[in-house]
Amino acid sequence: MVDQPYSTVLQQREAATMGMFVFLGTEIMLFGGMFAVALGLRLTHPREFVDSSMQLHVWIGAINTAVLLTSSAAVALAVHAVRARQFRATSVLFVIAAVLGVVFLGIKAFEYATEYREGLLLPPVGVQRLFMDLYLVSTGLHALHVTVGAGLLAAVAAFAPQRATLVENTGLFWHLVDAIWVFLYPVLYLAR
Amino acid sequence: MTDVPINKRADPNDIRDRGLSETPEERASYLRAGHTLRSWFLTTDHKRIALLYLVSVTFFFFVGGIAAALIRIDLLTPEGDLLSNEGYNRAFTLHGVIMVWFFLIPSIPNTFGNFLIPLMIGAKDLAFPRLNLLSWYIYVIGGLCTLFVLVAGGVDTGWTFYTPLSSMFAHGQVVMAATAVFIVGFSSILTGLNFIVTIHKLRCPGMTWGRLPLFVWSHYATSLILVLATPVLSITLALIAAERLFGVGVFDPKLGGDPLLYQHLFWFYSHPAVYIMVLPGLGVVSELVTAAARKRVFGYWFVAGSSLAIAAVGFLVWGHHMFVAGQSMYASAVFSFLSLVVAVPSAVKVYNWTATLYKGQIAIDPPFLFAASFIGLFVFGGLTGLVLAMLAVDMHVHDTYFVIAHFHYIMVGGTVSAYFGALHFWWPKMFGRTYPMVWGRIMALLIYLGFNLTFFPQFILGYLGMPRRYHVYPPEWQVWNVLSSTGASILGIAYLLPFVYLLWSLRYGPPASANPWGAAGLEWTVPSPPPKENFVETPVVDYPAYNYPMEMEEGARG
Repeated sequence: MVDQPYSTVLQQREAATMGMFVFLGTEIMLFGGMFAVALGLRLTHPREFVDSSMQLHVWIGAINTAVLLTSSAAVALAVHAVRARQFRATSVLFVIAAVLGVVFLGIKAFEYATEYREGLLLPPVGVQRLFMDLYLVSTGLHALHVTVGAGLLAAVAAFAPQRATLVENTGLFWHLVDAIWVFLYPVLYLAR
Repeated sequence: MTDVPINKRADPNDIRDRGLSETPEERASYLRAGHTLRSWFLTTDHKRIALLYLVSVTFFFFVGGIAAALIRIDLLTPEGDLLSNEGYNRAFTLHGVIMVWFFLIPSIPNTFGNFLIPLMIGAKDLAFPRLNLLSWYIYVIGGLCTLFVLVAGGVDTGWTFYTPLSSMFAHGQVVMAATAVFIVGFSSILTGLNFIVTIHKLRCPGMTWGRLPLFVWSHYATSLILVLATPVLSITLALIAAERLFGVGVFDPKLGGDPLLYQHLFWFYSHPAVYIMVLPGLGVVSELVTAAARKRVFGYWFVAGSSLAIAAVGFLVWGHHMFVAGQSMYASAVFSFLSLVVAVPSAVKVYNWTATLYKGQIAIDPPFLFAASFIGLFVFGGLTGLVLAMLAVDMHVHDTYFVIAHFHYIMVGGTVSAYFGALHFWWPKMFGRTYPMVWGRIMALLIYLGFNLTFFPQFILGYLGMPRRYHVYPPEWQVWNVLSSTGASILGIAYLLPFVYLLWSLRYGPPASANPWGAAGLEWTVPSPPPKENFVETPVVDYPAYNYPMEMEEGARG
């Protein structure tokens, strides 16, 4: 099953994987802009940045980190399963990962709601407002990626769990979404 | 005279038949592989997508050109009599936005890069043909958003969207304009990604990295910038839109935010974007110069490596846009130094082109004339860039017409000359017809003269202190502005000329052979125009790049 510009299956697979890695590079640069904003804010207002960070619910974030890391583990197992040609296991593991992604979004929504009730989200003035805006935009952008990623995982699980390259590349995307959270969490929650 | 019976169709086997509507090569070519609209708008053939881009970037070139014409007419007199202040702001903003994102950035990569990279490396298509088509559709959607901005009243922030003007004060369609640029950014990203993977994975047997045409090397460097810089612009524009729409901002000075942070993020993309615009042009000129001199390029690895060096160092110079914006003095000193460093690889290219031409058997064809004007104007634009990189001098000429003249020498004198050079060089390959050489030469000369007349006076205006983005100025500067507007009208006529003779050539031009210029390179081994699948058999390369016969010794020529 070789498509038009390719001469061998291996060549096509390598191209697809490389394309995915380049795409992940663009994603890193996208979030890189957010991290640059965080760095700028932290350098100009170090004290207020820490004070605002202390207000966040560090434990909710920690639970979410655990949820996302677990889903990444499921994806890693799914990639092993597809290499062993166990397509049913691949499908099940991808569904588990997708469900954990949805759980992450649910917890995140609960966290936003709590913060809104406490008046933490969108405070009226000052650097705390800047910090919370940064928090909202960066976690919101990340949540958007989780949504897309969970949708991809579910779609691949339903329709194409036997396509090894597709499974691996979807997995790569999910790992990146996970890795970005692994950086976002300390920058926003643990910066004290 | 043979008598021609009524209704006799042109004889496709007689290549000299001037009424010929179709040569045998054309009948087998990508141009005739499907005649329906669907076969064009749903094509995954890189050559057809290149033509879709050719039509769309030409359209935006003229929309941006109309805005430039309004600016130049308004500047004929010291009073602002053609446009209101607001109208003038909107004209130069749209001119900048359209020319940068809808013409210059996609111009050479998406038309000639798309068309030529697979042909040059012996591939049947780009690595991801459907992604390539998607990239064009994204470009079109972005373009439609821009046209919406145009009819909905425009935007007046300048193409740079500086905060807090754009986020808090500007009227007009700021969000829509930012959305348009945001969308078209994804088109750039997908094209860059496609090129990188194609160049890595689809080279034909024997096409090693050291045998790649320099055009491909410069597109590789361009693609690296496209995928690494564009996402930063996307997030920055998203932040502007969030601040404007929802008040969720990080640049707002009232809250302690830093508007300068926006400039850092913007120029982190937009300075490398300058190299996105000029690197493909540098690649084109490398091809035109070797083909005109019929010689191997001088110092292949230096020219190839300098593209990568420009791409790498180009990421480290953005701060030279903020010398007077309150940036730390020490940072400015470092950025000033790095801005001088980035000139070195550009100079390497210029030296190597001239060394390639040395003792070459130069043909004064239109492509060479475009390449020669490119080299001259690029050197001038580059050297004035060094002037601007000096901290003390920049204090005097920052935000004046000196800057405008400088970057137009690179963008218009450089990139647009290279674009037309590429169009004249590869036109016979793309469409299988040759155009009248004399008209090509006239156009090249008109562009060179018109360009210098337009933009050289702006150096003087800038040095005298005329700020950019003003349309009311003291009467003593009128003479320079009139000269500039006169040059612009010559330039405008020159840009319209190819519409006549290139379109004429499509029907009446003599059919082109596979290699009308006697140039080296895989794209010249396939028929003109190329068949749909590019190569009937996958080519095998066992010779170096620019495999021209070795030049004769001085004595041997007699």
